[in-house]
Amino acid sequence: MSLAKPMMRGLLAKRLRFHLPIAFGLAFVAAVAFKYTVTEPRKRAYADFYKQYDAVKEFNAMREAGVFQSVRPSGE
Amino acid sequence: MLRQAAGHMRGLLARRASVAVTSSAVRMASQGHEVSETVDMSRPMYYDRADVPLPDKPYKDLLTDADKSLKQKEKGPWTQLSKEEKIALYRLMFCQTYPEMKQKTSEWKTVLGGIFFFLGFTGLVVWWQRIYVYPPLPKTFEGDSQAMQLKRMLDMRVNPVQGFAAKWDYEKGQWK
Repeated sequence: MSLAKPMMRGLLAKRLRFHLPIAFGLAFVAAVAFKYTVTEPRKRAYADFYKQYDAVKEFNAMREAGVFQSVRPSGE
Repeated sequence: MLRQAAGHMRGLLARRASVAVTSSAVRMASQGHEVSETVDMSRPMYYDRADVPLPDKPYKDLLTDADKSLKQKEKGPWTQLSKEEKIALYRLMFCQTYPEMKQKTSEWKTVLGGIFFFLGFTGLVVWWQRIYVYPPLPKTFEGDSQAMQLKRMLDMRVNPVQGFAAKWDYEKGQWK
């Protein structure tokens, strides 16, 4: 009953050889997925918002609603 | 030197973890006691641990004559030992085999049951606290007050790009 000698060395290296490419690959895929599902839509949303943004109009609307302390609504 | 220290630490841990009373010298020293025999922890002890394969001493100390003759035979070439003799020699050195050590127990059921029991008990405690301890909620939690807070958030244009105020249609005065 002579068994084969088991692997004595290089166990971590073998595991890393297998798992490290997978880990890097998954991390890269996660980053790419995040970029195209979150950051690109967000950039587009901000661009579209500010294309038609009238700051003065928004300011006056907020002023009339009474949310500022420095300027009260024009009626008072 | 470090290896020995690590081995010693493991041995100390093992002694705290599992006490296998096999040393018959201890048994003889404590005859006539009603109290359970104390184990001399200052001497090498036997332990079954999956992560430390070779305990500090063999399992069986006191060998019968048959065992002693087997040990003598072990000093010769091992090819002359039969399968039963090899197994007998193993059982002299060790109490359990690795598969026996690694047998699954039903401990997880107890653990899970205990977790759920104490979660439930905590729920009862929290319920009692809700009724007898908590003060009344502030007026700002009521429906009208909440509506006024929401209106103020819309007036302030909170998160107008992708968030709260972005979902409100300011021309029509309703949610989009």
